[in-house]
Amino acid sequence: MSQEHSGHTEHRDDIGSKMGMWIFIFTELLLFGGLFLVYAVYRNQYSEDFHIAASQLNTFLGTLNTIILLVSSMTVAMSVTAIQKNDHKLSFRLLLITLLLALAFLVNKYFEYSAKIHHDIYPGSDLVTNLKHGQTLFFGLYFFMTALHGFHIIVGMILLSVIAYKVKKGKINSEDHVLLENGGLYWHLVDLIWIFLFPLLYLIS
Amino acid sequence: MEQEEKHITSYSFLAKILVVLLALTAVSVAVTWINVGPLTIALALFIATVKSLGVLIWFMHLKYEKPMFTVMVAGVFVLYAVIIVITFFDYWFR
Repeated sequence: MSQEHSGHTEHRDDIGSKMGMWIFIFTELLLFGGLFLVYAVYRNQYSEDFHIAASQLNTFLGTLNTIILLVSSMTVAMSVTAIQKNDHKLSFRLLLITLLLALAFLVNKYFEYSAKIHHDIYPGSDLVTNLKHGQTLFFGLYFFMTALHGFHIIVGMILLSVIAYKVKKGKINSEDHVLLENGGLYWHLVDLIWIFLFPLLYLIS
Repeated sequence: MEQEEKHITSYSFLAKILVVLLALTAVSVAVTWINVGPLTIALALFIATVKSLGVLIWFMHLKYEKPMFTVMVAGVFVLYAVIIVITFFDYWFR
């Protein structure tokens, strides 16, 4: 598909762009899928230890972060709606709200991690390595999976910041907004992974 | 080639989806207080699956994309289910 755009002919394939994004998302799903599989096997072997270790996690903070991510998922979806309706200002503001929510998620994560570290619970600490084998495994998985997810939050924030800038500059507009849609897809993926992390880590005690 | 009737999801519809997702979250937290024994994990995973379908279908616009996208996503989930089944068969019957 080619179309006239500011004087020159531009080649664009929105469906192709989105399909590329989805294929990338599949690799992410299988990356976390592998970790969930490790979790499933060890939980099957050490269910008692997993229960005891999971009771150390802060369900309140976990729930709060679930709510934050769900709301941010909606704001980014609304941002796409706004740009389709040619409302740049609203689209930009919704992206800013999404970024603030992402920051709130990380702040909670910071408090959560510091409380754990304060209680000597971190990968490789004397306490964790001397726990029963299953509990050590649970905390290993907890830290690795939440940290990898947190890393995705940071990447998502960078991506959404660039997109917000382009929306502000009018480079993303009601005619050409596939980048915003793909950024949104990435953000929903981050939410999707958390939807499974939350019950498996925080709600099994 | 492309003259899509672009579907625009309304703000109110997205807000409704959010309310449902939040309600499901509340249910999955509440269930852990009642303690239904071994059912807890099954129920938690079932609710998580329903929530993820909501995100995939409406937030990620799968409903309004070409059917090819849904086929691909479903394919990945089938692949993952097969991997889980094979891994556990290996663990249990080794």
